[in-house]
Amino acid sequence: MKKDIILCGVGGQGILSIATIIGEAATKAGLYLKQAEVHGMSQRGGDVQSNLRLSTEPIWSDLIAEAGADLIISMEPMESMRYLAYLNKEGRIVTSSKPFVNIPNYPDEESLQKELDTLPSIKLDIETVAKDCGNPRGANMVLLGMAAPIISILSVENLREAIATVFARKGEQIVEANLKAFDAGVQANQ
Amino acid sequence: MKKLLLGDEAIALGAINAGLSGVYAYPGTPSTEITEYIQNHPLAKERGIHSRWCTNEKTAMEAALGMSYAGKRALVCMKHVGMNVCADAFINSAITGVKGGLIVLAADDPSMHSSQNEQDSRFYAKFALVPCLEPSNQQEAYDMMAYGFDLSEKLGEPIVLRVVTRLAHSRAAVEVTEPKAEKTLSPSTDQWVLLPGIARKKYVKLIEKQDAMKQASAESPYNKVETTAAKTGILACGIAYNYVKESLGNDANLVKISQYPLPEEKIKALAEKCDELLVIEDGQPVVEELVRGLLGAGYPVKGRLTGDLPRTGELTPDNVAKALGKANGAVFAPAKNMAARPPQLCQGCGHRDVYTALNQVLAEYPDHRVFGDIGCYTLGALPPFQSLSSCVDMGASITMAKGAADAGLFPAVAIIGDSTFTHSGMTGLLDAVNDKANITVVISDNLTTGMTGGQDSAGTNKYEAICLGLGVEPEHVRVVVPLPKNMPEITRVIREEIEYKGVSVIIPRRECIQTFARHARAKKQ
Repeated sequence: MKKDIILCGVGGQGILSIATIIGEAATKAGLYLKQAEVHGMSQRGGDVQSNLRLSTEPIWSDLIAEAGADLIISMEPMESMRYLAYLNKEGRIVTSSKPFVNIPNYPDEESLQKELDTLPSIKLDIETVAKDCGNPRGANMVLLGMAAPIISILSVENLREAIATVFARKGEQIVEANLKAFDAGVQANQ
Repeated sequence: MKKLLLGDEAIALGAINAGLSGVYAYPGTPSTEITEYIQNHPLAKERGIHSRWCTNEKTAMEAALGMSYAGKRALVCMKHVGMNVCADAFINSAITGVKGGLIVLAADDPSMHSSQNEQDSRFYAKFALVPCLEPSNQQEAYDMMAYGFDLSEKLGEPIVLRVVTRLAHSRAAVEVTEPKAEKTLSPSTDQWVLLPGIARKKYVKLIEKQDAMKQASAESPYNKVETTAAKTGILACGIAYNYVKESLGNDANLVKISQYPLPEEKIKALAEKCDELLVIEDGQPVVEELVRGLLGAGYPVKGRLTGDLPRTGELTPDNVAKALGKANGAVFAPAKNMAARPPQLCQGCGHRDVYTALNQVLAEYPDHRVFGDIGCYTLGALPPFQSLSSCVDMGASITMAKGAADAGLFPAVAIIGDSTFTHSGMTGLLDAVNDKANITVVISDNLTTGMTGGQDSAGTNKYEAICLGLGVEPEHVRVVVPLPKNMPEITRVIREEIEYKGVSVIIPRRECIQTFARHARAKKQ
């Protein structure tokens, strides 16, 4: 079994933390993993993405091929559509519904949301959900929670454990806050 | 033990565990994380392995060569264009030879994710007549450090280790070995004095070593052969091997090339079995050209030069699959509601205030030009500022402004960051002072090397002293604080210094907001 995931968003939105947690969970579950990241110039408010490949068999390429991704997880609705060429026929998009507008020519929001609805996507205002569970900085954990039930090569419980491990050094309070945000995301996708 | 490591981290840990005594580097994407990993590694700290950032790649290369002379293992790391900066020292290190193992790590950036060109460092290895290692994955990157140091000491020559962005910045599990001891101090007793009479003899020695280098490639465990009955043979260099395996699995008919000079016999044997060869390599068509020479004009060799693969840009699973006749193609059409989102200067960044002020003043001078340099502030070329006319290489802002001023252009303004100034701007400023060039130099000082993530900047707290020492007149070295509230003062200073007929330096100084936030967080904890 394999799962090819594209994580995307705008530089600074915290997609690498999501990648770290999935990576930790995959390592613990004994899966093969390759994760290509973007560092450097692109991180400054530009579009960013990470290719995450999980498999029970050895993986060759660090990059996902066109029509290869099972899942696109995005912190931003327009960004979730930037990588459509990479989505496979049965692929799904899990995205934040709230635009991050830092360019003058951002598309019309209504037509953007409509187009997103024509795609195999689920979306949620993750920032509001994160605020509602008292963790305004945990929007990325809400998003991971939304995606968790369909990552399938890892269980929801695998991911919860990984959150606990990754945030352990920041203290129990931070772990609890992030788990709460994650659980809210899982709930929203049920 | 297995560890999940970035390609860069695998190189760093491989070097530490191979008995490294010093890493010498200037930050540059995608090589920066190697040195950072060594700086933070407990064993490196315990052993006192040298890991402080250098002023530029040339000082790094020379210091590493000095450590090798003293008998210890040294690593010098840079992005591909850093090879241009250290080329004098690097090429000559092949003539002197080495004592302790010396690995020159060049991180190439095909597709220019964060660079101004896609030059291929394998050319440099060939130019200097030394071996080059090109790992295909994170495990090989780790293993090749010990292998490379051994090979370097055996041949008495530096080894180039070439990686590309997709390996440097991708994570995978790596089997990690036990650390070896460092080498003891044992300075070379050979003379490394490259006077013509000695250099000629040493150059002959280097030529004589070429057979041993070819032999090492022929026997290398990293140059593998996989055969089937297919009529097209594939030469898969470095990470190209992964893309080929992704498409063909075990049906690949290939020579995997991860050590140079080329394993010629393996290539000839594959060519003989097949009707044609397809060369797949990330970067420039280095091997494709060499193989044409090796096999002669009559033998069909395909690759980037024949259009079977794109002439520019990095390899991808898609363009390799297409060359192999296996491409899938997209299922979904591109989104209609889409816009480019280029990188931009952070909100609250001091460079923004510098450009706001510059644009305001320079609007009064229709013939002005601003010569830019390499760093975050290169983004001043993009909207909303669109201030820059050039950005070529580290330090070129000052010297290009000088050349343009020599030609009569006014006002000629240079903008350069603090770290770039000490890297390669100081010598140009001396030229300008000696010529009394009519230029205005802005050293936008954010107290760090910002673009690569906030590494120490070599000249912090020394900029006024450096400028004065180089002969800039004290009344024309001006320091301002780039904040919106100071706009009247900043614009006044810029106007005054443009009007001064000679070299002036303006230093807008305010800490990078990223490092400022990091320092504030660290204080809280």
